[in-house]
Amino acid sequence: MDEILSQIFHIGFFAALIRIATPFILATIGELFAERSGVLNLGIEGIMLFGAMSGFTMAYFSNSLWLGVLAAMLTGMLMAILMGFLTVSLGLSQHVSGIGVTLLSTGFAFFFYRLIFGQPSTPPNIKAFTPVGIPVLMDIPWVGPVLFQQAALTYLALLLVPLSAFLLFQTPWGLNLRTVGENPHAADSAGVNVSAMRYQGLMISGALMGAAGAFLVMVQFNAFTFGVISGRGWVCIALVVFGQWGPWKSAAGALLFALIDALQLRLQASSAINLPYQVFLMMPFVLTIVTMTLVSRNARAPSALLKPFRKEER
Amino acid sequence: MSDSDLLLSMRGVCKSFGVVQANQQVDLLLKAGDILGLLGENGAGKTTLMNILFGTYQADQGSISIQGQPVEIHSSADALELGVGMVHQHFHLVPRHTVLENLMLGRPGKGGRLDQTGARDRLEEIGKHYGLKLNPDAIVSELTIGEQQRLEIIKALFRKAKILILDEPTAVLTPKESEGLFSALRALADGGMGIIFITHKLYEVREVTNRVVVMRGGAVTAVVEDPRAVTEGSLAQMMCGHELTPPEKTTSQLRDPLLKLSGISTRIPNRPFLKDVDMVVHGGEILGIAGVSGNGQRELADVIAGILPPSEGKIEVKGNTITQSSPRKMQKLKIGRIPEDRMTTGLVTTLPLFSSMVLPWINHPNFSRLGILRLKAIREFTEAMISRFGIRAIGPEVRTGTLSGGNLQKALLARELAFDPEVLLASQPTRGLDVAAADFVHRKFLELREAGAAIILISEDLEELFTLSDRIMVMYEGCVHGEQNIADASVEKIGLMMAGAEAA
Amino acid sequence: MHLRLELREHTPLWLNLALPFSAVLATLVLCSGLVALADANVIDAYSKLFLSAVSSRFNMVETFVKAAPLILTGLAVTVAFKAKFWNIGAEGQLLAGAMGAAFVGGIESLPTFSLVPLMIIFSAVCGACWALLPAVLRTRFKVDDVVTTLLLNFVIFYIMTALLDGPWKDPLSGYPDSPDIRMDAEFPILLRATRLHLGVLLSLVAAPLVWLLIRRTTLGFSISVVGENPEAAAYGGIPITRVLIYTALISGALAGLAGAGEVGGLHFQVMAGISPGYGYTGIVIAMLARLNPLGVVPAALFFAIVVTGAEAMSRATGVPVFLADVIQGTALVTMLIAQLFSTYRVRTHLSASE
Repeated sequence: MDEILSQIFHIGFFAALIRIATPFILATIGELFAERSGVLNLGIEGIMLFGAMSGFTMAYFSNSLWLGVLAAMLTGMLMAILMGFLTVSLGLSQHVSGIGVTLLSTGFAFFFYRLIFGQPSTPPNIKAFTPVGIPVLMDIPWVGPVLFQQAALTYLALLLVPLSAFLLFQTPWGLNLRTVGENPHAADSAGVNVSAMRYQGLMISGALMGAAGAFLVMVQFNAFTFGVISGRGWVCIALVVFGQWGPWKSAAGALLFALIDALQLRLQASSAINLPYQVFLMMPFVLTIVTMTLVSRNARAPSALLKPFRKEER
Repeated sequence: MSDSDLLLSMRGVCKSFGVVQANQQVDLLLKAGDILGLLGENGAGKTTLMNILFGTYQADQGSISIQGQPVEIHSSADALELGVGMVHQHFHLVPRHTVLENLMLGRPGKGGRLDQTGARDRLEEIGKHYGLKLNPDAIVSELTIGEQQRLEIIKALFRKAKILILDEPTAVLTPKESEGLFSALRALADGGMGIIFITHKLYEVREVTNRVVVMRGGAVTAVVEDPRAVTEGSLAQMMCGHELTPPEKTTSQLRDPLLKLSGISTRIPNRPFLKDVDMVVHGGEILGIAGVSGNGQRELADVIAGILPPSEGKIEVKGNTITQSSPRKMQKLKIGRIPEDRMTTGLVTTLPLFSSMVLPWINHPNFSRLGILRLKAIREFTEAMISRFGIRAIGPEVRTGTLSGGNLQKALLARELAFDPEVLLASQPTRGLDVAAADFVHRKFLELREAGAAIILISEDLEELFTLSDRIMVMYEGCVHGEQNIADASVEKIGLMMAGAEAA
Repeated sequence: MHLRLELREHTPLWLNLALPFSAVLATLVLCSGLVALADANVIDAYSKLFLSAVSSRFNMVETFVKAAPLILTGLAVTVAFKAKFWNIGAEGQLLAGAMGAAFVGGIESLPTFSLVPLMIIFSAVCGACWALLPAVLRTRFKVDDVVTTLLLNFVIFYIMTALLDGPWKDPLSGYPDSPDIRMDAEFPILLRATRLHLGVLLSLVAAPLVWLLIRRTTLGFSISVVGENPEAAAYGGIPITRVLIYTALISGALAGLAGAGEVGGLHFQVMAGISPGYGYTGIVIAMLARLNPLGVVPAALFFAIVVTGAEAMSRATGVPVFLADVIQGTALVTMLIAQLFSTYRVRTHLSASE
């Protein structure tokens, strides 16, 4: 047993953990902005996939990974605007609209990928982001290699946590956004444009979800596959609940989840435990359901989540 | 008086919703230092007019000037910018946020951040200046209703409002809290603000306003320059178009107790707890339940209707102890309920009317056998109720939500009375109804009382309670705080009890 | 200018019929842009997409065969969405049903005559059980049903593939597929020289039965009321938890039946690719049918045509086969918008000053 433990818990493992956590942090914080404004963005799974696809395509043809990330974020925003049109402008069911956006984005991702790349025998790939060491900090023993030898996108994701905490809780914009998610009538009567805030929340969510998808194809794998997201988006919805709609707690949830994911990858690779690999693949989903069961009862979702706001409703 | 001397002038305002003319050629003038009473029944167009002033609705026609300048108000942001503040009947506060956060909402920050110190200073200044004090770090949901209202007023002052609109502000207050509100309003008016006070309570108008505009059916019917010089009766006549004649109450014979609660307590998080409630109602009586909202009335009603299981205590119906109460069981025992909010808890707005009408009776053998619906019988029942209660609906298939408030309440009443309840539990049964519809409801209650049923009437409208009840029970902080026979009761006594004072 | 919605007093029949057609039309118009992008002739591509399904008697029958699982998952979603139980898990429940049917169909000791009925019953039970879990989690622990039903789709997929890779692997072929069910367990064919099996009939009978359930029974009444206004339902004495549990069981059972049809009537075994997303297409079908069980049949036929026709279209014109997925997504979105018009009158509102 000791052998397994030492095999698992070494520096490389923790560095991998941070890497695995990155897309979860990005997409979870994205979802958090949407939900704080009162919209459950169930388009997440499809938006991540479409973002991954368009980011990959842009990076492949432009040879610039950053242009790829940008393309992914723009794609995400575009689909989030569609989500906003359905749920904010028209006030339709957020559940069904989100599923619609996911199905549509998934369809787009598959369609355009096949249209652009055809069906080659070896899937096209790109040169992935390489880790960038941060001078001085990277030399700190243990902490350095874990935290400060990561891909640039990972640094951005980690910085995003304090940044979004600041935006949400310290700025007028954040107060307006949170109020729109709690009591849109209060926001409206204080002169805050409810629809505009919700669109903004959604667009941020779409951009971050796109970036999360881009990370997966540009750092974790270096090619686009149809199964690249495979449920990661849905897990992020659960992580927001787990994190009680706060950036720090949600990011902590993402790390915890990454730990489970990294563990199952190691356990799969280690020969010590003889179980079908599917059991390990299943584990994150089962654990997500278990965690949701534990935290949902006392969850304090934004009060206006799922509720459309219609001004002239009397 | 020329418009430039006026704080506000609204002229020729018209607004319609579909076929309903909510405002027709309304003129309204306000001077600095005025407390203007805007008097009218429910549905007279007062709130619509004020929502136009506050930018929530746009007028179809008409003009608005503020301090002599013609203005266009497209949104509440515009209104706030022009110095118009509004305290809505349902507070526009965020319960989970602090007082300070509620004040800073929609305000620009300082250097990109929220201006916490600035807001604190302003709050303190307002506290000193007008005697309106609040703890800046308190969470709003933990404030009393009176304090929440104070926060709404402070919010308007915070934005340097010159014109303050209050929509039925006393509906949620105890008589004593109302007094406090009135003196605060007088202080504000003395400071040069103009205040518009929307109400349908006549004595308040005479108490606090110095000028009254009366509206009826969307139009202004009278302007009274000195409200203290006219009687309540004549004000009522201006408001309703006729004298108010309360329904005749016959003496009815008290029969056996139908419903008895003893030692009922509840513990549901985030809702007021009931503490050791004892209560008895007899056939042939109307028991009024008074209290400021949120003191356990709703929980009491939920316990009686079987929705909320009590953690302790005993419920007896006609002498039989009920264990494991459920809504269905209580319905079978002929306890009917008119819930507080007809749109959310009573009817199903998106389904056809017949669905709403048979909702509690769906397992009744008239309407279903062995789980199969008898649609024909359901339709016929609905049609019968439409004609018997004079519900204005095109037929049983009409979507419930398209009916007007009064007709929805009639439908609810028809539904609950359909199978002769022995106990009727009615919460705020006339809220939002016009006088004719309210009168209809009151007469039905009295008929039912004469037929020997017991009625539990939960209301925040003291006038209604005094007109109908045989006995009034006061709820305060989840307890029964006192009880008086109508003959011994007075508004003052009940009001004191509502505020928590011991019964004399 | 902004939108104002007025609740309609009631929705005329013609509108209820016209809306899905306009949604489909809008979808096709929108997607024609993608066809053009793929350098194909729009008319050409669409005629391949739709006409191959009706080009021969065999193909027409085949469309019904393809539609069978879609009808059942469409009905499953319809029942669930009526109660606003957001069952996105018809996919997983179908897999559960398929496994149940294949398991029973492989038991040597069962008497021949009981095989087919037992497969049908057991598949429904398996599907229902898999739907029960999220319903219990929602009613007891307030766990969002969208997330759990979705995640459970992944869970059961991995359970299935683990079994197919291990204990349930077909020893004869060595592929990760389950062994074939007994010959006697294969569903009877209803039309000679076609694949029209008992499962198709089952799905066609299920639609009117579900319609009766929703429109003519107290349970159906309760399902609608709980979906439209749970608070009023509670005040009216309808036991919400029980209704939601029943809804989940019925929904899961219907999806499970879809699995039985695929195993008993088509594949005679379980394999990883047994459902190419029938559960998700079921959502689009249910919405296109405006949650009317009778409308599910034509909606499912439409998507059966699109899904099968996409292959033919792709071969002939080079338009990626995934156009079918885009059509599904677009149809869901356009139908969602169209539905607004059935409950509301949408007015664009001009204020006096504009």
